[in-house]
Amino acid sequence: MALQILLNLIIAFVWMFLYNDWAAPRFAMGYLLGIICIGLLSRFWPHDFYMKRLWAVVKLLVLFVKELFISSYVVMFQIVRPRLAIRPGIFALKTELKSDWEITVLSCLICLTPGTLTLDVSPDGQTMYIHAMDINDADELSKQIKGTFEKAIMEVTRS
Amino acid sequence: MIQIGEILIGLLVLAGSLICALSAFGLVRLPDVYLRSHAATKSATLGVLFILFGTFLYFGFFLEHVSAKLLLGIVFVFITAPVAGHLNGRAAYRSGVPLWERSVQDDWKGDLKKREIE
Repeated sequence: MALQILLNLIIAFVWMFLYNDWAAPRFAMGYLLGIICIGLLSRFWPHDFYMKRLWAVVKLLVLFVKELFISSYVVMFQIVRPRLAIRPGIFALKTELKSDWEITVLSCLICLTPGTLTLDVSPDGQTMYIHAMDINDADELSKQIKGTFEKAIMEVTRS
Repeated sequence: MIQIGEILIGLLVLAGSLICALSAFGLVRLPDVYLRSHAATKSATLGVLFILFGTFLYFGFFLEHVSAKLLLGIVFVFITAPVAGHLNGRAAYRSGVPLWERSVQDDWKGDLKKREIE
């Protein structure tokens, strides 16, 4: 991926050299051309086209912001209710993610999901202990986390 | 146009401070450390983000000054707040702060004991 970005930058600089013009618009034009070239020649690369992964990163960011909004709303709603109707608890979540980086991102995302907070990651990195504000159905909660977040993170790291 | 911008910025800052006030209320109201940390990490983060974004728009539209520092501040708060919540909760649990008595489930306790025996 880094190689493709580097090549794209080089194409952009060659484009600027060809025009002898050092302004930002020329660079942007060259970069766009580079994206098109690399996209057309993507079957010669061992990895996928890097814009695909960039798109996955953007999707992950949008997910982050969306979850932050939902979770703040949920927490505030619980706070202003006249009677506390919450059943907190700690549940364990098995994760399939491997590298430290993926697990860090997942735990940050979990901290921002509605009513969950990562408390610990086991030393082997297989299990996460999560404090949930409303643990009505830990299974459903963990299924939801797995379905959305793990998938989004995997799309970024393993495409 | 300027009117709309003013109203929007005012609403953003107002919403941010309301959210912050609510999360402070949550700190008083909720019964144990972990639940309070829910209120402190999520709602307070969103409140601070709203206020910073409102300030950014104000600087951008009315003083014609794009403040990159405010954007950086948004990013930093966004990244560090969940980590702080996580570390607070973890340190509290490790030093033996009990859960609220109406908590229903604790998977971590058994695993932590098992790990210590090993």
